Amino acid sequence: MTLTAEAPVQDSPAAGAIPSFQVTLKLRRFNPESDTEPRWEEHTLTMHGTDRVLDALHKIKWEIDGSLTFRRSCAHGICGSDAMRINGRNRLACKTLLKDLPLDKPVVVEPIKGLAVMKDLIVDMEPFYSAYKSIMPFLVTTGNDPSRERRQSPEERERFDDTTKCILCAACTTSCPVYWSDGQYFGPQAIVGAHRFIFDSRDEGAEQRLEILNDREGVWRCRTTFNCTDACPRGIEVTKAIQEVKRALLFRRV
Amino acid sequence: MQTHQYDVVIIGAGGAGMRAALEAGQRARTAVITKLYPTRSHTGAAQGGMCAALANVEDDNWEWHTFDTVKGGDFLVDQDAAEIMAKEAIDAVLDLEKMGLPFNRTPDGTIDQRRFGGHTRNHGEAAVRRACYSADRTGHMILQTLYQQCLKHEVEFFSEFYVLDLIFSEIDGERRTAGVVAYDLASGEIHVFRAKSVVFATGGAGKVYKTTSNAHTLTGDGMAIAYRRGVPLEDMEFFQFHPTGLAGLGILLSEAARGEGAILRNSEGERFMERYAPTLKDLAPRDVVARAMANEVREGRGAGPNKDYVLLDLTHLEPAHIDAKLPDITEFARTYLGIEPYTEPVPVFPTAHYAMGGIPTTVETEVLASNDHVIPGLFAAGEVACVSVHGANRLGTNSLLDINVFGRRAGIAAAAFAAKAPWVDLPESPESQTVAMLEGMRSRDDGERVAEVRRALQETMDANAQVFRSEATLKQALADIGVLRERFERVSVQDKGKRFNTDLLEALELGFLLDLAEVIVVGALERKESRGGHFREDYQNRDDVNYMRHTMAYRTVNEDGSASVRLDYKPVVITRYQPMERKF
Ligand SMILES: Cc1cc2nc3c(=O)[nH]c(=O)nc-3n(C[C@H](O)[C@H](O)[C@H](O)COP(=O)(O)OP(=O)(O)OC[C@H]3O[C@@H](n4cnc5c(N)ncnc54)[C@H](O)[C@@H]3O)c2cc1C
Ligand code: SF4
Ligand code: FES
Repeated sequence: MTLTAEAPVQDSPAAGAIPSFQVTLKLRRFNPESDTEPRWEEHTLTMHGTDRVLDALHKIKWEIDGSLTFRRSCAHGICGSDAMRINGRNRLACKTLLKDLPLDKPVVVEPIKGLAVMKDLIVDMEPFYSAYKSIMPFLVTTGNDPSRERRQSPEERERFDDTTKCILCAACTTSCPVYWSDGQYFGPQAIVGAHRFIFDSRDEGAEQRLEILNDREGVWRCRTTFNCTDACPRGIEVTKAIQEVKRALLFRRV
Repeated sequence: MQTHQYDVVIIGAGGAGMRAALEAGQRARTAVITKLYPTRSHTGAAQGGMCAALANVEDDNWEWHTFDTVKGGDFLVDQDAAEIMAKEAIDAVLDLEKMGLPFNRTPDGTIDQRRFGGHTRNHGEAAVRRACYSADRTGHMILQTLYQQCLKHEVEFFSEFYVLDLIFSEIDGERRTAGVVAYDLASGEIHVFRAKSVVFATGGAGKVYKTTSNAHTLTGDGMAIAYRRGVPLEDMEFFQFHPTGLAGLGILLSEAARGEGAILRNSEGERFMERYAPTLKDLAPRDVVARAMANEVREGRGAGPNKDYVLLDLTHLEPAHIDAKLPDITEFARTYLGIEPYTEPVPVFPTAHYAMGGIPTTVETEVLASNDHVIPGLFAAGEVACVSVHGANRLGTNSLLDINVFGRRAGIAAAAFAAKAPWVDLPESPESQTVAMLEGMRSRDDGERVAEVRRALQETMDANAQVFRSEATLKQALADIGVLRERFERVSVQDKGKRFNTDLLEALELGFLLDLAEVIVVGALERKESRGGHFREDYQNRDDVNYMRHTMAYRTVNEDGSASVRLDYKPVVITRYQPMERKF
């Protein structure tokens, strides 16, 4: 099915530089209430300079087919709701500008892989969140709390800065071939979540977390394919974080 | 349908909801119901900081902070509440640090602090470093840290559950809170939650406007649900327009940019804030800066091909400094406008940002039924509430503070109430109204599109009830809202299914927005003065004789069954500071 929606070109200042253009979206759709198996659907739309894939999805939902279903909230890459596979790569729809994609062929949009599809672009997030929970993602300390703040030097703070940026979007975990083929592997995000605490000078739970990650399904499953680092919309060096956790395990030195 | 029973039910898992849950969960059987997974709440979008007079980097104290809050709010702030917030701020920040929040640090390892609009030393002498921060991701860190603590304490979440109604029971002629009705997005099933205490922590309503820094999901659900059940809404005409939204998009560039030295310029390259606020300049309170920007554009000094924005200039700052202190927001400029902030100024224009008004509460977060009665068992905290610590204009970094201070208080108060209150019986089929509303919407075959009605609403609000308002524009908005209400009656959704029917939920959210837009406009029309975020071109001065009072809006049902807004007023609590003219 191909549908075309015409819309007036918005006269927004930012759009001035780049004219409007045609884009075809090829969507992977599945509604378990009516479909027996997933299907492909195409829409050709007129979009503008600063429009993102999320804007195109909204245009379809709001003007053509209200049943198209996806998650989204913040619309600027901060809430982690709209990770999806766009032209075969995991990205946030709200951070992917259409003009940066090759527009001579359809933009292919599918749900992220490795988690059960619930409807259209929505997947079951529960296994992803349970993996995160399993690595004790909270500060572990012993003894009484000090009356003021715990001291931490700017250098100590910097040590784990990269992994504090994670927005739990699942782009990394669902780009990992090991995760696709092995339902038990924690996946890269859980290791990122653990890294954030293992390398925090205030934390005293590193031993326990390393023990959890040393498990059969833990960090050793990683085959360093770098898919996760490429996928991360926050620019976190996921593979590096995993390597640092592996090294910490080998030398038990944080 | 399923029924659950909890001592305390908290609606919303942003900063306010999760801070409340950490307290309530350790004292009473608690559930958190949230339409988004907790870490997707819009608290995560907050950038610049959370203020507290820690005095880590320079002299400061909570009394100065209270004064700034009162003055910044153009004296509509309840001063007892502001004082509590400024005092408890210090522990609120230290608590977060102990929970693990990775604040930026000073060289000697304490929490670093920076400047932010309206925060001053010694009652306005000069800007003070009061904002505690974590780069320009402070809200993200607060949200993640509170979520991590909730996991540690095994808080029970019902994620992707939409609360759609509040249940009251009448006992001895008094309204008592009995629970809420929720809708499970995944299955389409209705769940009734019976509870002794209900805490609203559902956040803001920025989607009333077209240009906004708020998420698609910030549709004011909690405010509208309470209002429909007869709870008043306070000071809704006060909406904050943040000066620096990315032009045309509304995505926020934090005030932290100006705190770190960025400057606003017009098309002539002039640092125009020197004319409007000689002392604080670019760091004057937001209402002052937003109006100055809009005025520059109106008078023909806007930049760009259509002269419809001004420029935020960071080019004199060291790239390394920008990377260290403002990494995310400079990335927004690159990603969404293709602008390199190291070398080019960034196009910006005011964006609808924060609802100062909301569900009125006492300082213990109990919800008011009227000026002097509370509704037993009902609490509210965060952007959904109006304590009122923000008055007519919120200072930057005071909301992340508000959600922590009053979120904590709400959790404690809700648990304490549940410990002593008896169970209230649910009325017969409490879900019937919600089911009827859902089925009505789902079964209508052909009609108006939700998106079109919503767009028309947002456009009239941007055109007529934004930075500049007048009787004529507000009347226009009110007339438009009337027409849109009728169109809303004919709205139909295309998705008729049960599972993940976001089409249906967007329709209900639009209903909430329409109710709130009407309350905003009616309040603004009646407030014939200019104060903080509310500026009337036809009444340009503050009028303390007639309007030094909070607006209380009640929904009344007319004889013909239609509903309208009835306005009443509530005195402002004044303790230390007598109103004076604001000069910055
Ligand atoms: C871009 C941006 C930057 C900001 N920067 C700062 C800053 O630097 N400093 C500062 O102090 N303030 C800042 N603010 C303001 C501040 O972030 C917010 O006011 C504050 O985070 C609101 O928190 P909250 O907990 O009240 O609501 P939110 O975090 O918005 O959470 C609302 C919760 O309610 C739930 N919910 C809503 N409706 C329903 C329903 N019907 N049923 C069930 N659940 C529901 C949602 O799922 C969500 O969990 C900023 C705001 C924005 C938009
Ligand atoms: S590490 Fe990056 S890709 Fe993975 S969940 Fe976090 S933000 Fe998303
Ligand atoms: S919608 Fe929030 S990250 Fe894309």
